[in-house]
Amino acid sequence: MSFPWANEYKPGHPLMQWLDEKLPLPRFVYNAVGAGYPVPRNLNYAWNFGVLAGFCLMIQIVTGVILAMHYAANQGVAFDSVEHIMRDVNWGWMMRYAHANGASAFFVVVYIHIFRGFFYGSYKAPREMIWLLGVVIFLLMMATAFMGYVLPWGQMSFWGAKVITGLFGAIPLVGEPIQQWLLGGFAPDNAALNRFFSLHFLLPFVIVGVVILHIWALHIPGSSNPTGVEVKTESDTVPFHPYYTAKDGFGLGVFLIGYCAMLFFFPNALGHPDNYIPANPMSTPAHIVPEWYFWPFYAILRAFTSNFFFIPAKLMGVLAMFSAILVWFFLPWLDRSPVRSGHFRPTFRKFYYLLVLDTLVLGYCGGAPAAEPYVMISQIAAVYYFAHFLIILPIVSAIERPEPLPFSITEAVLGKDDAATLAPAA
Amino acid sequence: MSQDAGTEAVLPDGEGVRRRDFINIAAVSAAGVGGVITLLPLISQMAPSADVLAESSTEIDVSAIQPGQAIKAIFRKQPVFVRNLTAKEISEAEAVPVASLRDPQSLKDRTKPGKENWLITMGVCTHLGCVPLGAGEGEVKGEFGGYFCPCHGSTYDTAARIRKGPAPKNLEVPEYAFTSDTVVKIG
Repeated sequence: MSFPWANEYKPGHPLMQWLDEKLPLPRFVYNAVGAGYPVPRNLNYAWNFGVLAGFCLMIQIVTGVILAMHYAANQGVAFDSVEHIMRDVNWGWMMRYAHANGASAFFVVVYIHIFRGFFYGSYKAPREMIWLLGVVIFLLMMATAFMGYVLPWGQMSFWGAKVITGLFGAIPLVGEPIQQWLLGGFAPDNAALNRFFSLHFLLPFVIVGVVILHIWALHIPGSSNPTGVEVKTESDTVPFHPYYTAKDGFGLGVFLIGYCAMLFFFPNALGHPDNYIPANPMSTPAHIVPEWYFWPFYAILRAFTSNFFFIPAKLMGVLAMFSAILVWFFLPWLDRSPVRSGHFRPTFRKFYYLLVLDTLVLGYCGGAPAAEPYVMISQIAAVYYFAHFLIILPIVSAIERPEPLPFSITEAVLGKDDAATLAPAA
Repeated sequence: MSQDAGTEAVLPDGEGVRRRDFINIAAVSAAGVGGVITLLPLISQMAPSADVLAESSTEIDVSAIQPGQAIKAIFRKQPVFVRNLTAKEISEAEAVPVASLRDPQSLKDRTKPGKENWLITMGVCTHLGCVPLGAGEGEVKGEFGGYFCPCHGSTYDTAARIRKGPAPKNLEVPEYAFTSDTVVKIG
C-alpha cells in the first residue's frame, strides 16, 4: 500500500525490535504518518486541512468528555448544569467555549477540506472511496453537531430540536410516527434530551472509526497533489516526516492562533444570545436559525415555498436539503474529465468559483430572516447549486479542452524532469 | 536530495550548530511547553468546583445537646460528631497516659480551652472511612466508652482516640470555632 521506494522501518533499540515482533504499532505509525509514507513533494497549504480536521476532532472529544463529567442530561437541570460548568467548575468556561468554538472551527476546516477536494478533483479515480467516506464523515458531523447544540436546553436548542425533527414529519404517511419515535414524545422533552446526549457522546467515536477508514483508503493510492498528476518516481515524493509533519505543524500553529482568538476574545460571536434563555415550549424565538455551518442547507430547505407538481413544499424542501449533500456521493461519476486539478481546467475553474460564490450566497440567505428578497435569492442559488453538479459538471467535462499537464510532479516543481527527457531513449 | 545544502557547506562535518537545529529545538520546545500548559486546565477541572467549596463550612447550634449526648451533623458531605462529654467521661479520658497511645494526644489537644466538654470530631473512621457507632441514641460505644467502628472493629475512647483495632489515627478534629456560647462553626 505504498510506493516501492518508501523508507523501511528499522527498529534500533532492542526493546523496539521486541515490540516490532509482537505488536508492530511503531511500524504502523511510521508507515502512516512517519518517514515511511512518501508524499508528493508539491503539496500546498490546502493539504493541511485533513490533519487540522483530525486535530479538531481530538479537541472536540477531549473537551466533550470533560463536559460530560459535569453536564446532566435532564430537562430539569440541563440548562443549570451548563451554567454550573460556566461559573463553578474549574476552567469550565474554557472547556465549554473550546467545545462550542471547536465545533465551528471543525466545520471551517472541513469545508475548506471539501472545497479543496472540489477544486483539485480529489474525488476522482482511484480515490473515490476516500471521497465517499469523507461525505459519510460530514453527515455524521452534522448529526453530532445538531444533537450537541440541543444539549444546553436553551431556547435555540429546544426549537432547533423541534424544527429539525419536524423535517422527518414531512415524509409521506409515516412522517409523524417517525418524528414521535425520534423524539420519544410529541415535542422535545426529557426522552429526546437524554437520547441526544447518548448519541452525541457515541457519534464522535463512530467518526473516529470512519476517519481511520478514510485514511486507510487514502494510503492505498497515496495523497493526491495540486497538479493532479500521479506520482511516477521517487523524485516526485518526500517522506511525510519530517517534511509534512513540519508543514502541518506550522499550519496547526496558524490555526491555533485563530481558534484561540475566537475562544478567548469572541467566544459567543458565533452563538445565539437566545440560547442563554432556558427552553420554553410555549414561545418560539422571533428569529430562529441554525448554527452558521448549516446555513447553506437551511437556505435550500426554505427555498421551496409552494408545492412542486404533486409533492408538497415541505417534503420538497427536506428532499432538496438532503440531496444537496447526497449529490456529493455521485460527484466522482458526474465529473467525467480525466484531468483532476482545476489548475489545468479553465472552464471548470470558472464554474468552481461560481459554486463557491453560490454556496456563500446560500449561506448568507440561510442566516437571514425567511423573507424577501432572501427567499427569491435562495431559490435561484439553490437551482444553480444543483445545476452545477447535475448539468454543468457533466457538460464541462465533456466539452472542455484542458491546458497541457506537466510530465510529472518533479517537472512541475523543478521545471524539468530527467525522466521525461531520458524516457524516449529508454 | 539534500535539503540542507547551503547551510551545511558553511561548517565542517559534525561541528557547530546549524540554524535548522535551533529552529527545530525552539519549535518543539514551544509546542511541548504549550502542550503541557494545556493539560493543566484539563486536570484542574476535576478538582472540587466552586459550588462544592462554597458548602465547606457548617454552623451547628449545640444548645440542645445534654451532657452524655451526641449528635451527627453533616460537614462537607460527611458526618461530624458533636458530643457533650460528662464529667466522668472527661476524667476517664484524662486518666490515660498520653505516651501509651497509638496517636498520642490529650483531651486538651482535641478540644477548645474552656470548652473541654465539647468533643467535635469527624464521624469517619481513620481506618477505611466507615461511620463509627456511638454518637446515636442506643448505639454501641465500644469498650472504651467512645466510638466503635463496626466495619473492622476499631475502638475509640471518650476523647475519640484510637485504642484498639486497625485504625492508625484518632478521629480527626476538624477546624472549628465557637461563634457564640451555643453555636459552632465548622470549617
